[in-house]
Amino acid sequence: MTTAINIPLEHVFFLALILFLIGAFGVLIRRNIIFMLLSLELMMNACGLAFVAAGARWAEPDGQIMFMFILALAAAEVAVALGLVVQLARRFETLDIDRAEELNG
Amino acid sequence: MSVWLFYIAAGVAITTAILAVTRKNASHALIYLVVTLLSIAVIFFLLGAPFAAALEIVIYAGAIVVLFLFVVMMLNLGRSSVARESQWLRPGMWVLPAILSGVLFVVFGFEVLQVENSAKIEGQVVPPKEVGKVLFHEYLLGVELAGVLLLAALVGAFHLGRRYLEERRET
Repeated sequence: MTTAINIPLEHVFFLALILFLIGAFGVLIRRNIIFMLLSLELMMNACGLAFVAAGARWAEPDGQIMFMFILALAAAEVAVALGLVVQLARRFETLDIDRAEELNG
Repeated sequence: MSVWLFYIAAGVAITTAILAVTRKNASHALIYLVVTLLSIAVIFFLLGAPFAAALEIVIYAGAIVVLFLFVVMMLNLGRSSVARESQWLRPGMWVLPAILSGVLFVVFGFEVLQVENSAKIEGQVVPPKEVGKVLFHEYLLGVELAGVLLLAALVGAFHLGRRYLEERRET
C-alpha cells in the first residue's frame, strides 16, 4: 500500500529545519517561560519530523520509533517544566525567567 | 495531488508556528501551536507513518498542549499579562535572534543539500504492526529506559506540585 507521492527528502528536511529555527527564535526572543516551553515543543517536533522523514525514505519503522522516544521525552519534560512554572509563579509572582537569577552568583 | 497536500500542510505549519511564537496572549499561541501540530500530523500521514501521525494528534495536540492550557488557566493570565508581554517584546529585540537563525538556516541548509540529491520519499506505508515488532525487539532497552524516564518525571512533577500544595495550606 502506498499513497504514491514523490516528495524530495530535502524538502521535508528544509521544513523541519525552518520549524526548528522558528522554535529557536522563539526561545531567544521570549522572556515569558510558558512561551519558551512552547517554542521548545516546536523544536522537538521538528526533530521528530526529520526522523520520520528519514525513516519513510527507506520505508523502515526506525524513524517512527525515534519519534516515539522523542514523544516520551517531551511528555516528561513538560510535566517537570510546568511544575517549575507553577513554583516560579508562586514564589516570584511573575513568569519572567530573568527574575529567577539567584544562581547567577 | 498528495504532493500539493504536502506543500499546503508545510505552509500552514510554518505560518502558524511563526504566529505561535510571536503572540502575546498565551492561550492564542497554544491554539496556533495545535494547528501546527495537526499540519505536522497530516505530513506524517502523507509520508506513510500513520502511527506517528496518530500519536502526534493524541499525545501532542491532545495531552501536552492541554497540560499547557491547564497551567495557563490556573495561573489566571488576563489582560495585564498581555500588556506586560508587549512591554517585554520590545521592537528591535528580535533583530539579533533573527540574524542568528538566518545564519543557522544557511549553514544547515547547505549541509542538507550536500546529503543526497535525488532521494525521493515514495510514501510507502509502514503500518503500526511493523513499528511494534521492531520497537519491542530491537529497541526494547530504549523502551525500558523511556519508562524509567517517565517514572523520574512523575516523581519530579509530584515533588514540585506537592510543595506548592503544602505552602498553600500554610498561608
